[in-house]
Amino acid sequence: MALVDRPGSTSKPSKLRWGELDEDDGEDLDFLLPPRQVFGPDENGIKKVIEYKFNDDGNKVKITTTTRVRKLAKARLSKRAVERRSWPKFGDAVHEDVGSRLTMVSTEEILLERPRAPGSKQEETKVAGDSLAQLGKGGAVLMVCRTCGKKGDHWTSRCPYKDLAAPTETFIDKPAAMETTAAPGTTKGAYVPPSMRAGAERPVGSDMRRRNEENSVRVTNLSEDTREPDLLELFRTFGPVSRVYVAIDQKTSVSRGFGFVNFVNKEDAERAINKLNGYGYDNLILRVEWATPRTN
Amino acid sequence: MRPILMKGHERPLTFLKYNRDGDLLFSCAKDHNPTVWFADNGERLGTYRGHNGAVWCCDVSRDSTRLITGSADQTAKLWSVQAGTQLYSFNFDSPARAVDFAVGDTLAVITTDPFMELPSAIHVKRIARSPSEQTGESVLIIKGPQGRINRAVWGPLNKTIISAGEDAVIRIWDSETGKMLKESEKETGHKKTITSLSKSADGSHFISGSLDKSAKIWDTRSLALIKTYVTERPVNAVAMSPLLDHVVLGGGQDASAVTTTDHRAGKFEAKFFDKILQEEIGGVKGHFGPINALAFNPDGRSFSSGGEDGYVRLHHFDPDYFNIKI
Repeated sequence: MALVDRPGSTSKPSKLRWGELDEDDGEDLDFLLPPRQVFGPDENGIKKVIEYKFNDDGNKVKITTTTRVRKLAKARLSKRAVERRSWPKFGDAVHEDVGSRLTMVSTEEILLERPRAPGSKQEETKVAGDSLAQLGKGGAVLMVCRTCGKKGDHWTSRCPYKDLAAPTETFIDKPAAMETTAAPGTTKGAYVPPSMRAGAERPVGSDMRRRNEENSVRVTNLSEDTREPDLLELFRTFGPVSRVYVAIDQKTSVSRGFGFVNFVNKEDAERAINKLNGYGYDNLILRVEWATPRTN
Repeated sequence: MRPILMKGHERPLTFLKYNRDGDLLFSCAKDHNPTVWFADNGERLGTYRGHNGAVWCCDVSRDSTRLITGSADQTAKLWSVQAGTQLYSFNFDSPARAVDFAVGDTLAVITTDPFMELPSAIHVKRIARSPSEQTGESVLIIKGPQGRINRAVWGPLNKTIISAGEDAVIRIWDSETGKMLKESEKETGHKKTITSLSKSADGSHFISGSLDKSAKIWDTRSLALIKTYVTERPVNAVAMSPLLDHVVLGGGQDASAVTTTDHRAGKFEAKFFDKILQEEIGGVKGHFGPINALAFNPDGRSFSSGGEDGYVRLHHFDPDYFNIKI
């Protein structure tokens, strides 16, 4: 019977198969279900959809789908721009594979990196004053760049080589090597490791690192959903923040529940600790304290 | 902000252009297919197939129906933006470089490179309302500048054409007669090749970027130097925010020198400067090659950059960008 039926019912085979009709009848009770409900999206972009259906055993199941609607740009589109939205693809875009992933959102949060953190001008000059005092013995040079070691050319904040200075030693070496030629007392010909050359160079480097760690604040008991931008949002109210880091488990890519925040100013960090230690954040009580320097 | 990365081109980017409504972004690259993207989510809408060489520059008509592209295959082509079909091809005897539609979209300026003993030239073409009536005749041909003319744009009311290129001189030409009206002076002008030129939203001034590691703002009518922005890398691309008093410079060391130095030495960021104070506001990192193209969305809320690395990076600004103070 089924064999006879099939050719005639190519368009909607499922409906005409009498053998299955009986079964379907029993489950065709959709009209008994409550209607679909949609809530939102609210001001956070959270949209909730509640649906009901029968599962295989004939039990009523409630399905709640929560999605976050995110607007990419708050652009008020003109009528013609809206029309262009529905234009068909052309050229190479027609045969695009689904997996080609030509357009991706960066996994990295990119910030507009300020040449100096806003409001840090005073501190900066103070530090410059310190190194000035240190170097005052050697010679009366007023302007010394801590990054590249050039004297009398520019201030640290204006250093053209500042991009090089970030973490590696190798690039700090270069100016250090330049310094050796000027530094008196070093015997020429004998190899001196870069870190030993030009006494003034090394303390400055370690000094900077220490300063970094001093203003580092450890935040523990974070919820799993907390990401770096959230943390930045929370901490920036206290003052300029130079670094935000949330530890992520490499395998599961789930937050490990702690992170670090570096402040430009120590006072800001102190205030943040006083205010936020014990603060209820995303249903957990935050613990905020000074980060202890790494032991190794 | 989390930029959107668009990897549609297989070769370095050369030019980026938003349409007037700011919903489409056109990208040109050294591969042969100019591409159009939706400017909000970065989805590819289509490609324009037909060129047989690097595409150097493009412009889109005010109503976003026509696209003109200039290519190294010695043609400049008119396209239907919607269908991606070629409407007309202007053929030259040397590679075409800069293209720009005049106000009203009835004229277009196309520059051609010096090639096989032919000097560089600026061609003015009439653009017909319907593609079937389009002809290849030049209304005006201007010759004179030495070397490539990297950019040519229309001045106010289509009365002038502003050109700049390898000889580091900015010139203003009469668009009717082809006579040179003004040229930038040696002392105030650029010292090396001018790579990019872009007009302000109202057309009253324009910015030029040069390999002499600076960008300068000029008055469109008088060609008076208004501002200079000094940076530490050759400038390949410049753009001005239509919303805030910001300018963006993009560049980096020459592509040939990239492999010889540390990646942090390349300075491949887009640098933001305060337009009036000429002070640096900040940098946006991301590209791993020099930035060749920059464009601001006409609403000023996003910008995109195209690099030697073949990526277009589309940045939607965070809310705090709009109240930056220096």
